[in-house]
Amino acid sequence: MSSLSQGGLEALRLIAGADPKLVQIVSLSLQVSLSAVAVACLAGLPLGAAIAVSRFHGRRALIVALNASMGLPPVVVGLLVYLMLSRAGPLGELGLLFTPAAMVVAQAILITPIIAALSRQVIEDAWMEYREQLHSLGETRLGAAVTLLWDLRFSLVTIVLAGFGRAAAEVGAVMIVGGNIDGVTRVMTTAIALETSKGDLPLALGLGMVLLVIVFSLNAAAYLVNETAQRRYG
Amino acid sequence: MNYTQELGPPRSLLPLELEGVSFSAGARLIIDDVSVRLDAGRRTVIVGPNGAGKSVLLRLCHGLLSPTHGTIRWNSPEAPGTARRQAMVFQRPVLLRRSALANVLYALQVAGVSRNHRQQRAREALLKVGLDGLRAHPARVLSGGEQQRLALARAWALRPEVLFLDEPTASLDPGAAQEIEAIIAAMHGAGTKILMVTHSLGQARRMADEILFLHQGRLIERASAERFFKHPRSLEAAQFLEGELPW
Repeated sequence: MSSLSQGGLEALRLIAGADPKLVQIVSLSLQVSLSAVAVACLAGLPLGAAIAVSRFHGRRALIVALNASMGLPPVVVGLLVYLMLSRAGPLGELGLLFTPAAMVVAQAILITPIIAALSRQVIEDAWMEYREQLHSLGETRLGAAVTLLWDLRFSLVTIVLAGFGRAAAEVGAVMIVGGNIDGVTRVMTTAIALETSKGDLPLALGLGMVLLVIVFSLNAAAYLVNETAQRRYG
Repeated sequence: MNYTQELGPPRSLLPLELEGVSFSAGARLIIDDVSVRLDAGRRTVIVGPNGAGKSVLLRLCHGLLSPTHGTIRWNSPEAPGTARRQAMVFQRPVLLRRSALANVLYALQVAGVSRNHRQQRAREALLKVGLDGLRAHPARVLSGGEQQRLALARAWALRPEVLFLDEPTASLDPGAAQEIEAIIAAMHGAGTKILMVTHSLGQARRMADEILFLHQGRLIERASAERFFKHPRSLEAAQFLEGELPW
């Protein structure tokens, strides 16, 4: 039997038996990435909406910068957050390095530009269509931004899930700022990297499967939400 | 600061006076030195060939565009930050992804109508346009005619002094267009000044008390509808009527 199929079977056994180690890693992963998405939404959605409905000097440069930061290399973000949070760094006092909170910070920095840039695009397209009508009703820019965020909620769900996928699948940044400490900051991706190098393929494969299933179901859910909404709300 | 309230109801918005109004987009002059005074009451319909600047003139009056030159003066302008006393219905209604009723409620909320009055006013408006039965339906999946009726209900609920309409029936079939015309007539009957752009001379004949004829951005002729269609004064209007009317 090849190591792949053998490892696969063992992995399925771990998943089916709800192996405590596996469960612990998966749940920490979800906690970290969901928190990061929540933070990124709080920052990214209003930012995207604000840029979409306003006109100011340097707006185009800001949009280019925002779009470019969608491709921020995770390890670089990890390094910068590490420097900020390390004992000697400006935020060292907080003692966050090698805690889940540091991982949330790093992931949030990674995906905030994604959520802001993609929502800016979607909201601006809609703004072109809505602008005259909302102005005609006497809506303010702030009010328009809020109205657009709500009106586009189903399209924005897809964007938010894309951000979550990126956060959950990312390894470089959490490895650096979290340190992959067993039981404390070990998440799916860092565990896979470690177990693979140690040769413990069943756990690595099992975690890999869980990660794939999560990412796949999220995308399926996003697709369904959008399609249902399209049919119901037009 | 809110002295308009202390002085009782504000004076009428109308008349609206345009003085030497021009509007250009880049190097292109779209509205060329238009001066006109629009009074309350009569239904004013703007006609003219494609590209004459009809829709732009309407947007200038409604404040969606600012003139490049000239002034646009309301008798008693809307104070910034207060509810609008004019409304506009566009060729393609822009409706929010919520129910028909919620679309009307939204407009009332933006207009600052207090929460306990909104529901009643919205329901009244929907009744008037015959959409009360569909109030819970998502607005964007209504038919084209229903969507435009909803846009009219949204405008009506605001009880505007002036209603601007930009080719409100251009993308509708004749039956739906007729319903829209009936609603506009009813709004006019309730005291709202109508200022409408149309490219349909049949509609202009049915709806207009007076005609503004626009040609290449200039206001060429202003006349009562009857006079305009029988005896246009300008050559451009005569040619336009001849070209547009197959009969």
